[in-house]
Amino acid sequence: MATAETHTSGGMGRDIAVYICMLVLAGLQFLIGLQNISTSQMFVRMLAVAVIEGGLALLFFMHLSENRGLRWFVLIFTVAVLLGLQYGWTDSFRLIDGVPWAK
Amino acid sequence: MSQADLSIHAQVSRTSATDAMAEPAFRIPAKKMAMWLFIIADTATFAGCLVAYGFIRNSTPAWPRPFHSMTNAAIMTFILLTSSLTMLFAMRSAQREDKAGTFRWMMISAFLGIVFAFLHIREWVGLIDEGMTLLHNPFGPPTFGAAFFSITGLHLLHVTGGVIALLAVAIRYKGGRYAADDIEVTGLYWHFVDLVWMFVVPFMYVLNWSH
Repeated sequence: MATAETHTSGGMGRDIAVYICMLVLAGLQFLIGLQNISTSQMFVRMLAVAVIEGGLALLFFMHLSENRGLRWFVLIFTVAVLLGLQYGWTDSFRLIDGVPWAK
Repeated sequence: MSQADLSIHAQVSRTSATDAMAEPAFRIPAKKMAMWLFIIADTATFAGCLVAYGFIRNSTPAWPRPFHSMTNAAIMTFILLTSSLTMLFAMRSAQREDKAGTFRWMMISAFLGIVFAFLHIREWVGLIDEGMTLLHNPFGPPTFGAAFFSITGLHLLHVTGGVIALLAVAIRYKGGRYAADDIEVTGLYWHFVDLVWMFVVPFMYVLNWSH
């Protein structure tokens, strides 16, 4: 297959709208950094904004919104890998706090 | 069933099987599918690095906050996001078979990538001047330098590779050797580099910002 798929939905107007949303979200991340909150709260808020920003990029810049099958394929594999990477967090807390039963 | 009917039946079955084999996965070109597989694999690489950084940071008391200003990171973010938009414009131009427009937007994207890399290296030089290296950090635990330079270095490597790809594909597209779908595949990679930066900035820069 040599021809390109055509992504006709939206057009340049939608591209610019998504770009502005992403700029605002990126700005929001810096504003969160200015808040007087704990590091863990800051991390959660920044992660939430980054996920929304990444979702916009995936759906509209990378055109996953136009291919349902591919969207699920990418989502399932990526989420499986990301979840698999989370197994070590308890160890990182134990390194700094010690084991709960030792207290 | 006559011999002729059997022959036709076998031919139809063969054709259907061939069609099924020829149908590309998710109805996208093979090169685009290959790029998506690469992106999924590279997501695992960056996620692994960021999780490892989070692990180290979480288990290290008195983690340093060496950044006094976010101006450079904010400008770099703006530049990379803008380069994603110009890359989209390149793809739209390619779909309209506007070769000059596609070439121009790709060159603008590559230029923005070069500016991003320049700002990134300038920031690195500033930190190195303050005494921070891969194995040494005057602000606290040396693991900060290792994590920061490794993750931002990996991203910078991707940006550099992306700029080279943008330039090569743009030149070949202008010369008629590449088609519009090559622009789209290159664009996918470039948007991915942008996407990764959206996670690198908050965790490597903003969380380490002292204000």
